[in-house]
Formats: sequence, structure tokens, C-alpha cells
Amino acid sequence: MDLEKLDQLDKKLLNIIQTGFPITTRPYRELAEKLATSEADIINRIERLQKIGVIRRLGGIFDSRSLGYTGTLCAMQVPEDRIDEVAAVINSYPGITHNYLREHKYNMWFTLLAESKERIQEILLEIKDVTAIKQLIVLPAENIFKIKVNFDTEV
Amino acid sequence: MLTELEKQIVRELQKGLPLVSQPYLELSGRLGMSETELMEKIKEFLERGLLRRLGAAVRHQDLGYVANAMIVWEVPGEQVLQAGQTMSDFAEVSHCYQRPVYADWPYNLFTMVHGQDEAACQKIAERLSQATGIKKYKLLFSTAELKKSTMKYFV
Repeated sequence: MDLEKLDQLDKKLLNIIQTGFPITTRPYRELAEKLATSEADIINRIERLQKIGVIRRLGGIFDSRSLGYTGTLCAMQVPEDRIDEVAAVINSYPGITHNYLREHKYNMWFTLLAESKERIQEILLEIKDVTAIKQLIVLPAENIFKIKVNFDTEV
Repeated sequence: MLTELEKQIVRELQKGLPLVSQPYLELSGRLGMSETELMEKIKEFLERGLLRRLGAAVRHQDLGYVANAMIVWEVPGEQVLQAGQTMSDFAEVSHCYQRPVYADWPYNLFTMVHGQDEAACQKIAERLSQATGIKKYKLLFSTAELKKSTMKYFV
């Protein structure tokens, strides 16, 4: 999964398809023309890049707010010896898209997306209930200054 | 609100583009619409902001970015707008949000930065601090990824 496995054409292809995947009848052929190769080569390369995990997904990256979803970042204080168990509870919700450990008293950081504010509240109450951890701060974005478009959605 | 057909399009596009010569034709068949109608709809989604982009989501850690730091800043209320805008101008900053504070959490401005290693992130933080005059901040490095998944909408 390291950089050495990518040749120049892979890198150029990755650059283009992160932001400019063609919306035309034969998108892979259009990419092939831009990169002076064949349609089959482009398809094979994308397939390989997906297989080795460089491309996580080729498809639509949606704006959760525009779709009517609401989200928030949360931070929780989880005792070292309970990390796996608590992470399992939190990660079981499909709306939890990211969960990271960070070096702080608030050590577990996760993002939660749901169809409504009420549903967010409900899930957070369940998490507090099931884990019996009360130290959980809810940090919704109050002001968005920047979201770089070729990075994944965070909330 | 989205129509049922629009939600159906979202469901298909989040599954991913098929690696076939005419991917939109294949998707449009599943949706009971024409290829042209689907391509028009995708362009409309982009214009309406429902779709941030159509293309590849890549693993940045595999492309030479090995460290990501969440930098949290304690910014006096009246300076938040200015500081947020200034930090957003830095290419190394992928996300910049204002978030609420709590009794044990004084940090109200959040930036995500990406660099080759922790030292590079430290340097970026110093430059952001110099540019804004905000001296109280912390870098929270992620020590483990417990979950990273793409949100599935309308499932």
C-alpha cells in the first residue's frame, strides 16, 4: 500500500479522478485519452488501486447537510482499559463515520451523523447509558470556515 | 427534501461507479431512467451542492501524509472570525471549524492539518499561531483509528 507501488500514470490518474471524474458516456475512455493510454488500462488501474486500498471508493461524495442530515463531533473520556469495549459500543452505530484515539484527557473522538437532532441526542444518551461514562462533550460545528473538497466529509 | 427517485440515485452513487465502459448507462438501467437523464441529474446534484464531488476517495496516509493533527485553539470570542479565515487560507489546513466550549474544554476553533510527520504538523501550528496571534493551542495527534467509514445515506 505504499507509494512505491504507484507509477507516474497511477499518480496522474489519481489526481484527475479525485476531483474531475468525467460525467460522459465513456468516462474511462475520456480519462484514457487525457493520459494517452487505453480505456482497458484505465479500468485495470482503478481496479488495482481499489484492491490495494489506495482508492477507498469511486463514487459520489455527498454533503450530509444538503441531504437533510445533521452531525456532530464528540469527545469522550474513556479509561485506558475500556477502550476496545467502549469503541465497540460507539462504532456499532452506522452514523459513526470516524472514531480516533487522541492524546488528551478527552481521548476518544468520534463523528456522528443522523437524520435529525433528536436522533443524535437519542444515540448519545444510549452511548452514555450503555458505557456508564458521563464525560462526553458534544462539539457541533457552529461556523464552518473551510472544508477542503478532496478530503472526506467530516462533521 | 429529496424525491424518492433522488434518494434512489444517492443510494446507487454511494455504492460506487461500476468499472464498465458505460458506467452511467449501467446505473441508469437500475434506476429506470435514461443514461442522459442520470448524467443531467448528477450535474444538478453537483450544482445544488448535494454532491460535493463525484470521483475517487483516496487514503491520504498512503500518499505520503502520515501524520494528521487536530489543532484546537483557544480564541477570544471577537477574534474567532478573523482567526478562522486566516487559518483557512493555509493549504495545509483541510478543515477549520468553530465549536462550542465547556467548563473543562476551552478550545473553540478547530483545524485539521496534514503533514509528513508530527514535527511538520508542529511547524504548521507555529505558523498558524504567528499568522493569527493565537498563543493558546494544543495539537491532538491521532494514536489509533478505531473507525473510518463512508456514511450510507437513506438506508
